[in-house]
Order: sequence, then C-alpha cells, then structure tokens
Amino acid sequence: MPAEHDRAAGSVAAAVGSAELAADRQLASRSAVRFDRAEARLGGRTIWSDVTLNVAPGEFVAVLGPNGVGKSTLVKAALGLVPLVSGTAIVLGRAPGQAGREIGYLPQRRSFDAGLRVRGIDVVSLGADGERWGVPFPGGGRLFASRRAARQRVKEVIELVGATGFAGQPIGQVSGGEQQRLLIAQALVRRPRLLILDEPLDSLDLPSQAGVAALISRVCQEHGVAVLLVAHDVNPILSYLDRVAYIAHGGAVSGTPSEVITSGTLSALYGTPIEVLRTSDGRLVVVGQPEAPARHTDRHADGAALPW
Amino acid sequence: MVSSGLAAGAGSGTALGWNIGEDIRQLLALHFMVNAFRAGTIVAVVAGAIGWFMVLRRQSFAGHTLAVVSFPGASGAILLGISATAGYFAASIAAALVIAGVPRSPGGRSYSSESAVIGTVQAFALACGALFVSLYGGFLNSLTGLLFGTFLGISDGQVTTLLIAAAAALAVLAGIARPLFFATVDPDVARARGVPERLVSMVFLLLLGCAAAEVSQITGALLVFALLVMPAAAAQQLTARPALSFVYVPWNVTSRPVHSRFMRSSDSSSLATRSWRVRPAASSSFSR
Repeated sequence: MPAEHDRAAGSVAAAVGSAELAADRQLASRSAVRFDRAEARLGGRTIWSDVTLNVAPGEFVAVLGPNGVGKSTLVKAALGLVPLVSGTAIVLGRAPGQAGREIGYLPQRRSFDAGLRVRGIDVVSLGADGERWGVPFPGGGRLFASRRAARQRVKEVIELVGATGFAGQPIGQVSGGEQQRLLIAQALVRRPRLLILDEPLDSLDLPSQAGVAALISRVCQEHGVAVLLVAHDVNPILSYLDRVAYIAHGGAVSGTPSEVITSGTLSALYGTPIEVLRTSDGRLVVVGQPEAPARHTDRHADGAALPW
Repeated sequence: MVSSGLAAGAGSGTALGWNIGEDIRQLLALHFMVNAFRAGTIVAVVAGAIGWFMVLRRQSFAGHTLAVVSFPGASGAILLGISATAGYFAASIAAALVIAGVPRSPGGRSYSSESAVIGTVQAFALACGALFVSLYGGFLNSLTGLLFGTFLGISDGQVTTLLIAAAAALAVLAGIARPLFFATVDPDVARARGVPERLVSMVFLLLLGCAAAEVSQITGALLVFALLVMPAAAAQQLTARPALSFVYVPWNVTSRPVHSRFMRSSDSSSLATRSWRVRPAASSSFSR
C-alpha cells in the first residue's frame, strides 16, 4: 500500500509546520506511539476524530471501548494500514507504516483453523523471516551462523512465553490461550520496541486471560517493550496497566486507570450516564456503556478461517 | 495417440509374465514407455510441490477447475489445428487469471465469491469443451484421453516442453515459497509485515494453472486430484513439519522405495496414494 503510506506521511508533513517540526520530532522520539487530534474515515464515515494518545517507551497502555467503536481502526492507523484524514500519527519516530521491523503486531482473530497442519514453531519462525523471498536452504542451520542465531532466537522466545511444551504440535490443535502465547512469541521474535495487540484476550477462558495478561506485562517490564493493547474488558489487565485510553466517536480520553475509569469521565465522553462500580475484589464494572451498532463487519471477516 | 502406442507395443510381440524384473526391462525397451515414465516423473514432482501449497491454502476447488479448463483448452486447440499442449497451458493460465481477478472484500478474506466464480468458470469450461468436441465433427476419438489422460504416446518434444515448464514453475515457486507460506498461514500479520499478499496469491494461482495443465496432460482433466491433492494431503497428515512434508510428497507421488526410517504405522495412507500413481498407467496400457 505505498499510496496510503505516502498519504499518511503527507498528512504528517502538512499538519506539522516546519517550525514545530523539530520540537514535535523531539517529543515523538520520547514516545512509542503518538496520535495528535487524529481522525479516521472508512467508507466515507468518520470512525473517530480528535483522538490524542501517547504511549511512552516501555509503557503498558490499553485502548478500551465498546465493540464497533473503532479500536481496531486505531491499531490499523498506527500500522499505516488505514490513512488518517486529519491530525498526525507518529510511531517510533516515523510515519505509520515506516517502522514495520520494530513493531510486533498481533491481529484480532479467533483462532487458527483446527485442520491447519503447521507447527507452532513454524508460525513463530515466520515472524523472524516470513516476508523474505526464497526458501530457507535445508540444513542451513549447520552451515550459517545467522541461521543458527535465528533458530536460537525462536527457541528463546518460545521459552519466554512458556510454549516449549506445545510448540511442536500443529497450531490448530492447541488451545486458544496456547495459540495466543505462540502468536506473542511470533510478534516478539525480532525484538520489537513496540508491541501492538488487538484483542489478545478475546475468546479466552478466564485462567488463560490472566496468564496471557501476566505474560504481556512481564514482557513489557523485563524487556522494555511498549505495549499498545486493545480490549473491550479492562478487568483482566487492570492491575498491570500504566495508562488507559477510552475511545468513542467524539474522541478519546487517556490517563491512568483511576483518572479515566470514573463515572464522570466516561459519562462526559459518551454523552450518556455511565456508572463505574468497584467490586470487593477490586474489579471494575462499567454500567450503561453504549454498545455501538454492529456495523464493523471487518471484525468478523478478519478472524475468519483460512483462504479457500 | 493411445492406439498408436498400443500398436507399437503389440507389434514388438511382448507378453507380460510374472518375472517383474524382466517385465520392467521389456517396458523400458519401448521408447514410448520411457517417455511416459519421464513425463510422469516430471509432472509428479511439480504436482507434489504445488499441490502441497494448494492443499494448505484450501484451494483444491480452484486446482480442480483449472484442470477441468484444460479440457476445452486441448479440444479447442485440436479444433483449431494447433498443438494440444499449447491449448492445455493457454486455457489453464487464462482461467487462473480470471480466478485471480475476482474482487475481494476490503478485509480481503471473503472467499465465498471466489468459489462462486470458480464454479461458474468450471461449468463454462465443460460446456465449451463439449462444444469444441462436437464442432470437430465426431472424429475426435481421443475424448477419453482428454478426460482420463494419455500416458502413452508422449513425444520427446512434449517431454521437453513439460520439463521446461516444470523447471520454470518450480523456480518461481521456490522464489515465493516463504512469503506464500506466511500469507497462507497468517495473512493479517503477513500483510502488516509488507508481504504483497495479492501478488503472491495471484502468482500462486498462475503456478497452479501451469501445474494443472501439466498434470492433466498425463492424468486427464478429471483425475488431476490423484496427483495434485492426494499426495500433498497425505503428506500433511503424516507430518506437520513443512520440510519433512516436502520429503514425503515426492515419496508419495513417484512410487520409489520408501526408506524404512520413514515407515511408520500411519504410512498406510501414503502407500495407498502411491499406488494411485501406478494405477492409471497400468490400466490404460494393459487393460485395453
């Protein structure tokens, strides 16, 4: 999509005056992701506008909101797959889509096809060199040090996510939580500075949600990777979050969880009375959150089975 | 073509006995049999490699249709008085372009329209094939050959054509193999990583058309599954390792002795597949 990259890059250059550019770059270099008064349109409809969001390096930030509000679009805008119509976005100091190698991306999906006869370790290796042309020379691990190092790295990340036990099985046959661990390993293989995860906890059972959330937090803290995580339920990740951003059609609010997840802030954002309750074990319950109409067909198409 | 081959076989006055070594020696003394084995081996290798990706991508229907399309291609070429080989390739590659040109939904993952188009192409192709055969005026006695394969009567020139097409197809496949694998297994991440998914898919369909054209010259338009689908599907059931799977495919298709190291209890499916490779040849050469 070179045209879209150009447009996104163009909007960055146009919106930021040359005098402000240096100052802005400096600010941007201190943030992993920075959206400034950004607006996105899909099919002629404004998905969201006036979104301002900042993710500092090494920070664990969640983007929250009801289904269909454009959270995945925000992720795609950060990846440069959806161009902004106004405002700016800077990802790892560059225009969106220009920092591909340094971003680990986990798309929204439900699962792999159960009949897919490909091992988890192969899916993880694709994260290292999947876009390179050609075929890996069989037995190259014995001949080339770089191949040996790559293989070692794959082994390392599989161990990091605790997937050693099932990485050799066909990926369609392991559980949803185990698939998610393998996919996180795939995203981490190239030592990214930014990890973008789109609903990684969706369709997982509660223990798996807790395990995967703890894993993401550990990766964020121990390896200094900035994490931008999209979720519709804050509870599994609440205790790990540095900041949250709530997104709505009118814009977004971001801050620490205690600042943002309050009745007053959310009511003002959505323009409807919303109540935030805290249960005895510290979990938050957001009541009265408006569910956007289910018009996000791409949400389901994205996670569908393999190409026919 | 079949009849001339059989006539040559009958003319040399050979009869099959129970001495298998002697039988094989007698078979290999016949030039058309040697060519049949050459063409069969070339086609088996191409079909194995490309079929492996076809099965992984769940594009067997497309592969089958591209093979069926070769029937009007060949009959049309005979009607026009040009080489049937050219007809096979032209029709299959044209159909691959049609299927590749199906517009996708913006998400890129809606394949229902693709299978509808494939079905339409297949029906249209069969109708055209029947039309060409009837226009030819009833003298096309190789109709069975077009549908069920002409393993015998393959000329040296055809073997060379097959070899060149096979080498080209395998070289292109080797070039796109890893991004193709990535785009098949994990299309969303592949797109985000900059894999030109549409281009890779289109090139693969062209390769599939090429392979289907090659295979249908040997097995006929209707039996392409024997070489394109079954060995690859069997190999993928035997192992989930891509590299080892590729080792199994040629073993499955070329009916060579299987090293005992690779023999496992679950190998019965591979043996069943291997007998497929032998059966069409055997039935067409000796039962008539």
